[in-house]
Amino acid sequence: MDFSVLIASVLAASPPILFAVLGETITEKAGVINLSLDGSLLLTAMAGFIVALHSDSIIAGFLASMAVGAFIALIIAFMSLTLHQPQVATGFVLTLLSRDLAYVLGNPYAHLPGPQVAHTPVPGLKDIPLVGPILFDQNPVVYLSFLAIVVVWAYMFETRPGLKLQGLGERPAAAFVRGVNVTAMRYVHTLVGGALVGLGGASFSLMVKPGWARPYGVEGTGWIALAIVIFGGWKPIRAALGAYFFVALQTAVNLLQSAMPNVPTQLFPTLPFPLMILTLLLVTIGNAEWMSRVLSRLPEGMQRCLIRTLKTLQTSPPASLGVLFKKE
Amino acid sequence: MNPSEEKDLNNWLIRSNTILQIAAILFALVFSAVILLMLGASPLDAFSLILSGAFGSSSKLAYVMTAWVPVLLCSAGLLVTFTAGLWNIGIEGQVVMGAVFATGLMQMLQDSFPPAVVLILAAFAGLLGGALWGMFAGGLRLYGNVNEIFGGLGLNFIAGSLTVYLVLGPWKRPGIGSTSGTQPFPPSLWLPTFKGFQVSPIEILLGLMAIILVGSALRGTHFGLRLRAVGKNLRAAFLKGISVEKHTLLAFGLCGALAGLAGWVLVVGTSSRHNLFPLISSGYGFLAILVVLLANLSAMWSVPISFFFAAISMGSLQLALQRQLDSSLGGVIQGMLLLSILVAKGLQSRLLFRRER
Repeated sequence: MDFSVLIASVLAASPPILFAVLGETITEKAGVINLSLDGSLLLTAMAGFIVALHSDSIIAGFLASMAVGAFIALIIAFMSLTLHQPQVATGFVLTLLSRDLAYVLGNPYAHLPGPQVAHTPVPGLKDIPLVGPILFDQNPVVYLSFLAIVVVWAYMFETRPGLKLQGLGERPAAAFVRGVNVTAMRYVHTLVGGALVGLGGASFSLMVKPGWARPYGVEGTGWIALAIVIFGGWKPIRAALGAYFFVALQTAVNLLQSAMPNVPTQLFPTLPFPLMILTLLLVTIGNAEWMSRVLSRLPEGMQRCLIRTLKTLQTSPPASLGVLFKKE
Repeated sequence: MNPSEEKDLNNWLIRSNTILQIAAILFALVFSAVILLMLGASPLDAFSLILSGAFGSSSKLAYVMTAWVPVLLCSAGLLVTFTAGLWNIGIEGQVVMGAVFATGLMQMLQDSFPPAVVLILAAFAGLLGGALWGMFAGGLRLYGNVNEIFGGLGLNFIAGSLTVYLVLGPWKRPGIGSTSGTQPFPPSLWLPTFKGFQVSPIEILLGLMAIILVGSALRGTHFGLRLRAVGKNLRAAFLKGISVEKHTLLAFGLCGALAGLAGWVLVVGTSSRHNLFPLISSGYGFLAILVVLLANLSAMWSVPISFFFAAISMGSLQLALQRQLDSSLGGVIQGMLLLSILVAKGLQSRLLFRRER
């Protein structure tokens, strides 16, 4: 297969997980964990498909998904920021609840044909050699996903509210002293993050995996997205690379499948998951205490080399992630 | 505050708490009814179908009771990890590994030992399989800094892949391998049941014993106290000389062992298909997480709640069999119950907070 076609197909399959990862990065940057991603993606995918089918408007479908995603995030924000209940508990319940709701409400719509995002090459740009077919021979959602990476990055590092967001997750007390309304800012970013997750859900049901079914076939992706946020070190660009890496892995596994007809096909879709744990281990193991002990015993050259590698890979979460902020 | 005022306040708090909890349960039911109306179904019909699907006949009740056991065992295990402040989402994989170890041992020994011996040894294999998988998640957290939620989830997926591999590969049925599972074990390797009531007293006893033992160990022993200290505050526990490392691994090992025993029940018990198949854990582990959270980490309350949840799960299967509805409605009811109880708890503490100020 042509290499540029391969890359183009990876980019085309990435938006769902990419939007989810960007959304969760924003949410967690603000100090809130939205653990419900695996359920949210399913429920928003289902909602987007139904609305698009009934209204015959793809855009309405996407907007509905974003609204549902933001609503789930609102529950998490309300439970945590207003009612002071543990975020992980709420998130876990909402994971199962959203999934089951999607199955129940989507039941009459299973296996129906529906609208789909149309392929829209950008005239002129698509003829640029190499880059054109990869980047500009896609559909609007894929273009939007490119844009989203840039916008989220620019927001976080180049704007005033973005800088406040950094403080929100690291030292909310300091942000509060400087006059930031911590709770309101956390609400806003949790909701925006949830809406982006919803965008991811709609990208599944209206583009990458059109339609609805039970099982829908993307169960587990939300958990992967949560892991990619850790892998991405809560930075949008690195998180986006993580998302592309995961989808590339899936594509590679699919190719492997046709190359190895003797291995049972049911085994292949499960392969990326163990690999995810290994990568997660790589980025977190540098923080472990015994690691530094082992490293200190190694010869110096090797030690420096290893430390540098681990330091590059290593990520650590916003200091107040999941911690409640109370004005005393 | 004088004594009589304080008594009034206490009474008021207890009353408001009860009212909130009842309101939460009603809300969950109304929510599910609205969902059903949206689908054009009759809520009363659906609810009565769930009830009759769970309690309509002695064989249905027996089915609920046998589905209750794995949830009960997993709940007992989760009480340990939750007390230690750990989120053991890897419990599904621990159930699966218990089933894998039990199946493996039974396949190895079924021709050379009497059935009773094989069954008992398989139970220990299940305990071991689950415990190892649990400690794996604990080890990833302790030595790899991988948060136990993600480590556990990854291990769930790995356990799932492993069963698919075993069922289609080395342990496939003679002739064709299919995802329907391994060759079922002969009836001599099934747990004995009552005559005319398809429930195995051994399962029920094991489940109840597990939760009673765990409940009393957590409340009344030094071990329980230390575990709680680790769960409440890592640093303080460390300063008091309690080994956080040891207790984390122990909690994961104990929870995994009980989950593994649930896996054994799913292979040899009454409700089982008497073989190993992919997705054998059937979500019982996740269901137990909801149970223990709803019980607010109380062993006593976990018993009736897990029974009730098993009844909802089994009863709602009828929705798919007899109506054009999805059986996940049971999950919606269960999830909504917990969510609204959490809201009620939050509102209650807000009220308390207001009164104190």
